[in-house]
Amino acid sequence: MPKRFVAIWFRHLTTDWMIRRRPELQDVPFVMAAPERGRMMVKAVSIAAQAKGIYRGMVVADCRAIFPGLQVFDDKPGSAEKLLNALAEWCLRYTPVVAVDLPDGLILDVSGCAHLWGGERPYLKDILAKIRGYGYDVRAAIADTIGAAWANARFGQVTPVIESGRQADALLSLPPAALRLEPGMLERLDKLGLHQVSSFTNMPRKALRRRFGQGLLTRLDQALGQEAEVIKPIRPATPYQERLPSLEPIRTATGIEIALRQLLETLCKRLAKEEKGLRTCVFKCFRVDGNIQQVEIGTSKASRNVAHLFKLFDIKIPTIMPALGIELFLLEAPIVEDISPTQDALWDTTGCSSDTVIAELLDRFAGKIGLHTIHRYLPDEHYWPERSYKAATSLEEKAATKWQTDFPRPLHLLPKPEAIEVTVPIPDYPPMLFHYKGKLHNVKKADGPERIEQEWWLQKGLQRDYYSVEDESGSRYWLFREGHYASGDPKWFIHGFFA
Amino acid sequence: MTLLTKKTDVIQQLQKEVLSLQGYKRTSGSERLNTGLGPLEMSFPGKVFPVGAVHELISATVEDAAATNGFIAGILGSLMRQKGACLWIGSKRTIFPPALKIFGIDPERIIFVDLYRQKDVLWAIEEALKCASLSAVIGELSELTFTESRRLQLAVEQSRVTGFIHRYNPRNKNTVACITRWEIKPLASIMEEGMPGVGFPRWHVQLLKVRNGKPGSWQLEWSAGGFRHITRTIISIPEIETRKAG
Repeated sequence: MPKRFVAIWFRHLTTDWMIRRRPELQDVPFVMAAPERGRMMVKAVSIAAQAKGIYRGMVVADCRAIFPGLQVFDDKPGSAEKLLNALAEWCLRYTPVVAVDLPDGLILDVSGCAHLWGGERPYLKDILAKIRGYGYDVRAAIADTIGAAWANARFGQVTPVIESGRQADALLSLPPAALRLEPGMLERLDKLGLHQVSSFTNMPRKALRRRFGQGLLTRLDQALGQEAEVIKPIRPATPYQERLPSLEPIRTATGIEIALRQLLETLCKRLAKEEKGLRTCVFKCFRVDGNIQQVEIGTSKASRNVAHLFKLFDIKIPTIMPALGIELFLLEAPIVEDISPTQDALWDTTGCSSDTVIAELLDRFAGKIGLHTIHRYLPDEHYWPERSYKAATSLEEKAATKWQTDFPRPLHLLPKPEAIEVTVPIPDYPPMLFHYKGKLHNVKKADGPERIEQEWWLQKGLQRDYYSVEDESGSRYWLFREGHYASGDPKWFIHGFFA
Repeated sequence: MTLLTKKTDVIQQLQKEVLSLQGYKRTSGSERLNTGLGPLEMSFPGKVFPVGAVHELISATVEDAAATNGFIAGILGSLMRQKGACLWIGSKRTIFPPALKIFGIDPERIIFVDLYRQKDVLWAIEEALKCASLSAVIGELSELTFTESRRLQLAVEQSRVTGFIHRYNPRNKNTVACITRWEIKPLASIMEEGMPGVGFPRWHVQLLKVRNGKPGSWQLEWSAGGFRHITRTIISIPEIETRKAG
């Protein structure tokens, strides 16, 4: 697919922003100025001030001489960059690849995007109308190369759309400044009477290199498409992404659902073709007022089942606030995993295998309440009861070791051992009776002790001597004594209940 | 004489119809679950432990709760021998996974879902019971209204999943649409004469209600990986109770 780029030029970026913030400045001539070498230099000029003959690079004192009523505002360094970044973020609704072109432009890689708006002309028109609607004075052009689009946006007179392969024709009549050259080089070209690109494109390359250096040739090649140029997108492009612009702003849940289903179907079709399934998925809604609403889901197992994914999103759709309406829907799958074809053959791709069904059920729990609620445990090689099992990381993970069954373990374990009062006949004997929660238990039968030492490399503390005891009513408990008698008064705890 | 046999035939036929109307499907021979409960199974309709139904178990104290979960785990062991995973849903989980091994369960095949709100627990239990791939669902929930229990019953009628609702210390023991109501209490274990130590877990199992069956009470012991009856004593139930249950 041939590459297509849009270059957007903000002619009065910071001053337009000022007017947007303070509408009373609309017709007031004002400049943005910053100190430079001990004097105030004009950094940006409003349209009204431009009409008075004030231009960029003048000293504020001179401007005041021309027009005494001139208002001067401080130009904060970096404000243009911040503004452009925000605008680039907004432009993500038109294409996933947007780059900032300092000091006053944006570059959009629109390859394969324009047809969604019904062609390049309506596409460009839509971008311009929207940005102008926000009060920015912009020009834009679309071309095969970044250089040509950039040149045409700033200097073009004929048409903003340069057809594929025609960038050389469009460039010929433009001034050399359209090639993004350095000021020194431009001055030299001007001195030699080379006022148009056409006057030097046919010169021998050797001569051009000798006189002007490699810079000129590189820029020329980039504009003509003979040399590739890369841009740095503000967001790395997600490879699995589907977008759906809507004709009219959508405000209803039904509308959102239809859009989501349609996007999921296209995305899952593509995933099926590439034998992949998604683990996380983000659904973004671009609102008319520039806000972006998004909901995210995750699956416990790579999935491309439309019905299931839709169900996961369905719980979260009510959290999307459409306000005045949503104009673009975007579905991204940042994490995808392979679903191997052998799995497909063994299980069923339609999602009827028992593992998939259970995974889908758990996804629904995770979607509604949270992933932290679901636990599965595997044995861990520790004697310390609290550490004798560990949480499994995935549904497929298998136990690496066997569960220990050689010592009795209670079916119920208290999350934290609770202190009890005991009466013990002689040291190292099981207790005769114990008080737990205000109730006295007479120990009739007892087993033990089972000594469990602290794992000193993990935790410091005293060892535990566990006893399993049975009281007169037949209830069975797991008690332990912490420490030796020799080391003072050992404490007794209850830690669990046997079945 | 012929009239009499006809009469019993008719009654049996009618009983079958009533059972199917109540959502109880008779388990076929291949589906028959060997729980090892022995004589206890005689109390159930069709003399087989009802799978694909919701059982209600009530416990009052923490000790009873442990015994109740032990009894559930014993039945679960035979349920999970056949297929799949099991979901254990509750708000205050006390189960110690390694201990499940002695009840013949692979603890890694149990998925624990820990939720805070009772509403969420109920929702999760219902969703899980609708999932036919699970072998069983255990819900720990203290309060359950009749309507809620009916929703659970309708869910299992479709999916044939066995559900256990363990109600710990409920405010009132209201009627629910579950097929059975159990109460399990621990019993003192017995050792060989003169031997020290604690014996096998022993329970006093009370089947308080069973739809179309006969309630009763038994003493069971879990030993050598299965249930063992100690003595069989069926508490005589007033005639009126049986009729209500039937």
